Amino acid sequence: MVLPFLVVVLNAVKSPAEYSANGPLSLPEGMHLDGLRDFWERVDFGRKLVNSVLISGSVAVLAAVLSVLNAYAIGIGRIKGRPWVLAFFVLANMLPQEALVYPVYYLSKQAGLYDTRLSVIIVFTVIQSAFGTYLLSSVLGAFPKEVIEAARIDGANKWQVLWRVVVPVSRPTIGVLLVFFFIWTWNEFLLPLVMLISNDNQTVSVALGVLQGQRLMDATMTNAAALLGVLPAFCFFLIFQRTLTRGIAMGAVK
Amino acid sequence: MSSHGHGVRRRREYPYALFLIPGALAFLAVIVVPFLMNTGISLTHWQGVGSPQWAGLDNYRDLLDDSAFWESFRHSLAMVVAMAVIPTALGLVLAAALFDYIAQHIGTRTASVLRACFYLPQVLPIAVAGIVWSWILAPENGALNEALDAVGLGSLRHDWLGDPDFALYSVMAVMVWVQLGFPLVIFMAGLQRADPSLHEAAELDGASWWRRFWHVTLPQIRPEITVVLLWCTIAALKVFGAVYVLTKGGPGGATNVPSYFSFQSFFEKTQVGYGSAVSTALTVIILALALVALRLQTRAEDQQ
Repeated sequence: MVLPFLVVVLNAVKSPAEYSANGPLSLPEGMHLDGLRDFWERVDFGRKLVNSVLISGSVAVLAAVLSVLNAYAIGIGRIKGRPWVLAFFVLANMLPQEALVYPVYYLSKQAGLYDTRLSVIIVFTVIQSAFGTYLLSSVLGAFPKEVIEAARIDGANKWQVLWRVVVPVSRPTIGVLLVFFFIWTWNEFLLPLVMLISNDNQTVSVALGVLQGQRLMDATMTNAAALLGVLPAFCFFLIFQRTLTRGIAMGAVK
Repeated sequence: MSSHGHGVRRRREYPYALFLIPGALAFLAVIVVPFLMNTGISLTHWQGVGSPQWAGLDNYRDLLDDSAFWESFRHSLAMVVAMAVIPTALGLVLAAALFDYIAQHIGTRTASVLRACFYLPQVLPIAVAGIVWSWILAPENGALNEALDAVGLGSLRHDWLGDPDFALYSVMAVMVWVQLGFPLVIFMAGLQRADPSLHEAAELDGASWWRRFWHVTLPQIRPEITVVLLWCTIAALKVFGAVYVLTKGGPGGATNVPSYFSFQSFFEKTQVGYGSAVSTALTVIILALALVALRLQTRAEDQQ
């Protein structure tokens, strides 16, 4: 499982000459970071990182807010037709993006939002919040009623109950959602590929995918690209390992 | 409740449904309207510019006769095997081995580190996984071919992604690698929930590991198995990024799948109406499966 990554790391620090002389399986003779530097400059990787962080971060926060609002109405408000509303959100999340991509592309062109990071933020906020609504609704459905009633007796209105009672108590679940939304959005491919055509707006995933599709890179540069692509994901993974495993178990059983 | 006595401070009482308004509007704009548009477009001939020509069910009729579409659909079934069937089966064995054996005899730390290793590919952008694997599987200087040479099996060298006879299997193998961590983590969580005394009793009765696996472990996590199989099947039907990055559907359509097929129709062949028909057909299948999955999931929860 981890072997492919190790091979990538080995080869990302070789010079092209060394690679062609000794092949992909030899140990590197020294640290040769030109491949990494060349690739970084060639794709303006810093810029792609900023785009990815900006898009994924905004989506995570906005989608969490939207999920909380929806789930408050469904899980605690127990509004009428709740199973239907919930089913609608789940199905929206299951929808293949291919069934949305052309109209979204067309509409965003009409609205002047095509090839902007904002367009991708809006679309993914909605798509991710569908899952968030589903998960949070079932968590809030089991929220202790006495706590809410006590706050109401103290004179808090619904808005205040939401932000002062429900959100603080649900912080662990919301944390899981933030992590998942961030990583999922970071990894998204199809919609950003279609929507973000200019170099300045592309995300890490799209930049790497497009380069790979064009097959313009030599072996060491390919490895440099792979290493730079793996590193952020690997960092999230180390930081959020616990949240991630807790999260998928929660998502599957709820 | 007695809260009425405090009504003085609760001037405005709005219904909970108001909290749904931002979400509802956003869903209307980003999901509902585009989805209905897509369905509408599938009933027209349209190049993406000019005005669409009404076509009724023409696109769907063409679809039924299009051997390229059916081939892409058959590849979807191959993806279901690679992303749902094999990872579920392997995941079960691995989860049981990690839980019963490694965690008990070597340590829970080792078990969770191994679980994390299996899960790692799941958090990777598929574009990155694609880069890694297309280099490993490359015909010249690819790590796999070089490794075969190194151990004296050079005769097995192949153009793994470029040979129409091998490309689909290569993509399937990569997808197993990508997908395996998901069932593994879910099953391990399920096993933690299960009652250990049953297992110990079976062990005392002298049941072999396989017998315990079949008769004790499997029945306990049946709900998880069903849910994982269905969710993974849906993920398999939607697979796009991996195909784009590894093979672009080639060579000669050997690894094309419906989602990539519709992407090609939209943006390469500018047959927007036809692409919409493909994606609408795919959506119907996926939503039907999702409904079944939800049904089974709620039933499983009720039983717990």
